[in-house]
Amino acid sequence: MSATAIEPRKKSLLDRLPVSSHIRQSVGLQRTMLLIGVVLCGVFVLAAVFAPLLAPYGYSQISDDAGSFPAQAEPGGKHLLGTTVGGYDVLSRVVWGSQTALAVIVAAVVMSIFLGVFLGLVSGYFGGWLDRVLVVIADAIYAFPTLLVAIVMSIAINKGQSGFWGGILACGFAITAVFVPQYFRVIRAETIRLKAEPFVESAQVVGASSARIISRHIFSNATRTLPLIFTLNASEAILTLAGLGFLGFGIEPSSAAEWGFDLNKAMSDASSGIWWTGVFPGLAIVLTVVGLTLVGESINDLNDPRLRGRKAAGGKGSPDPAPGAQAAIEVEVRGF
Amino acid sequence: MATMIDAPPPTVAPPKSKSAGGGLGKYILIRFLLIFPTIFILVTLVFFLMRITGDPITAAQGGRLPQEQIDALVHQAGYDRNLFIQYIEYLGNIATGNFGRTISDGRSVAEMLVKFGAATLELSINAVVVALLVGIPLGMFAAHKRDKVSDAFLRMFAILCYATPVFFAGLLLKLTFSVGLGWFPVAGRASTTTELAMSRLAAPTGIYWLDALRSGDLAAFSDIVHHAVLPAVALGLLTAGVFLRLVRTNVIGTLGKDYVEAGRSRGVSEYRLVTKHAYKPALIPIITVMGLQIALLLGGAVLTETTFEWKGLGYQLAQYLTARDFVAVQGIVMLLAVIVAITNFAVDIAAALIDPRVRY
Repeated sequence: MSATAIEPRKKSLLDRLPVSSHIRQSVGLQRTMLLIGVVLCGVFVLAAVFAPLLAPYGYSQISDDAGSFPAQAEPGGKHLLGTTVGGYDVLSRVVWGSQTALAVIVAAVVMSIFLGVFLGLVSGYFGGWLDRVLVVIADAIYAFPTLLVAIVMSIAINKGQSGFWGGILACGFAITAVFVPQYFRVIRAETIRLKAEPFVESAQVVGASSARIISRHIFSNATRTLPLIFTLNASEAILTLAGLGFLGFGIEPSSAAEWGFDLNKAMSDASSGIWWTGVFPGLAIVLTVVGLTLVGESINDLNDPRLRGRKAAGGKGSPDPAPGAQAAIEVEVRGF
Repeated sequence: MATMIDAPPPTVAPPKSKSAGGGLGKYILIRFLLIFPTIFILVTLVFFLMRITGDPITAAQGGRLPQEQIDALVHQAGYDRNLFIQYIEYLGNIATGNFGRTISDGRSVAEMLVKFGAATLELSINAVVVALLVGIPLGMFAAHKRDKVSDAFLRMFAILCYATPVFFAGLLLKLTFSVGLGWFPVAGRASTTTELAMSRLAAPTGIYWLDALRSGDLAAFSDIVHHAVLPAVALGLLTAGVFLRLVRTNVIGTLGKDYVEAGRSRGVSEYRLVTKHAYKPALIPIITVMGLQIALLLGGAVLTETTFEWKGLGYQLAQYLTARDFVAVQGIVMLLAVIVAITNFAVDIAAALIDPRVRY
């Protein structure tokens, strides 16, 4: 816990950045998995940021100077991944879709961290009836299927949301409703633990206001686990967005490209053997989620010394489940 | 945790069984009473969230009928009254078992829930069977091959199971096995003739394969199984990944125990060690976590049913949502909330029975 105090010298910036320090720590299989994850995430983010440059056409473009695009054209030639029933270029939709996905993840995660952290801090620090009510509500939402929470929320919000940002925010809010209880639980538990620490008590004795104690003393200590939850949740955000889009509660198709929506449209193509309209957006979802999951899980394992891969010293693969194995298992089980 | 077992209060020690029973009874009661706030909160949230956007009639008929006619209908149904009064009335109706009639197709909500609930139950059972058949043996194998190449592949497989949305898995399965190989039908629960035969049965359970077996109709049974395979695999693989990892981590834990080592030294085969000695004790945490997968399963069922046009609760939910039929949606959400709450209750009780430390 006090690892920083023991370190004799200040580490270089590269070593202190979350992901790069984890890469240096890791060995063998764990390193491979982390690297694959980082590469997949990198491709996803780059595709999202440079979508205007990478995509050959616009996401809702159905014609160019040479005339309208053919409908359901096979992959190859002018349309590398083919076209859909409506004449959209599949490659362009897939690339633009990454931008939508990234925007929704960022919106959803920022909003849920903001709300979840705030509620968790307040609820954990003050306790009382507010705490009890919030816990019961959070538990009720937490137990419910995430997709249904998102659907109900998106219906409540979605009315009259068209444009790109309106749609992104509506989807982000819908997903936020799913995640707030998770952040709330983590932060609240941390806050309750920290509340009993001597440094909080001494701040109280000195006469610091509650707002100051929460914002300065507890906040910075309680939010250490957030990067981890972020990576674990980002993948779920993508799946929820795709599920919403697939059921038709996502973003309007004319205002943004969305993988789940494209898959919905591709379902009817499948029976006539047209595979390219669905397979490519689907692969985009799978690869992005795999990337995020690999990064999240590797960081999780590396942060926990009991799960960290053993360096070659002790003879690799020896069947020694370390003394802490049972505890480590419990951690992993709770991770689901 | 260990300290809690090591130092029991001296007063509790002598009448051990008696006090444990009392504690358990109290725990079950408290846990049972906690079901109701959960359901109540979800029902309340859904009611108000649905109503933020307006009344059900405008939502369903808006634009199709002239405004005066809509206003008349809204007034007739009482949707223009104070929202809070409507809410109290809604709760009263639910308490007396009156769930109302759907707006879009005028069915009784209770009947609709029973009819389509059976289809969803059937799909869920099929999916859990697939998940267990795939997840448990592979999990044991991965634990046996810990840190080897095959273990790495299985871990990747588990992550892929999680990362693939059920509708994409469904699409791939359809493309391969229905369109490509022609082994299985593309969609639906059964062919039209079978559906007809099933609806004519005297006392149907609603679960098709069970009905077909009971009436001894083997042709129908085979037809039903053919339709069931792809949806069950699509939804089953989603949970199979979770089971695989669960079994793997827990079996690895028990494989390191002394009694397994003792068995190995007595010459018990490695196969038997993994499948019997290490697996059985590992089952306890697995069972509790399996119960918690019900939410994942229900969420997945909505998507699977839409993908395969499997006419269950999830498929209907999507239809009713598109039609903005809020009465029906509230009914379905309420039923799902009850299922989730009861499952969680059962899981907690099971956990308390297994491990006394869980109790309050």
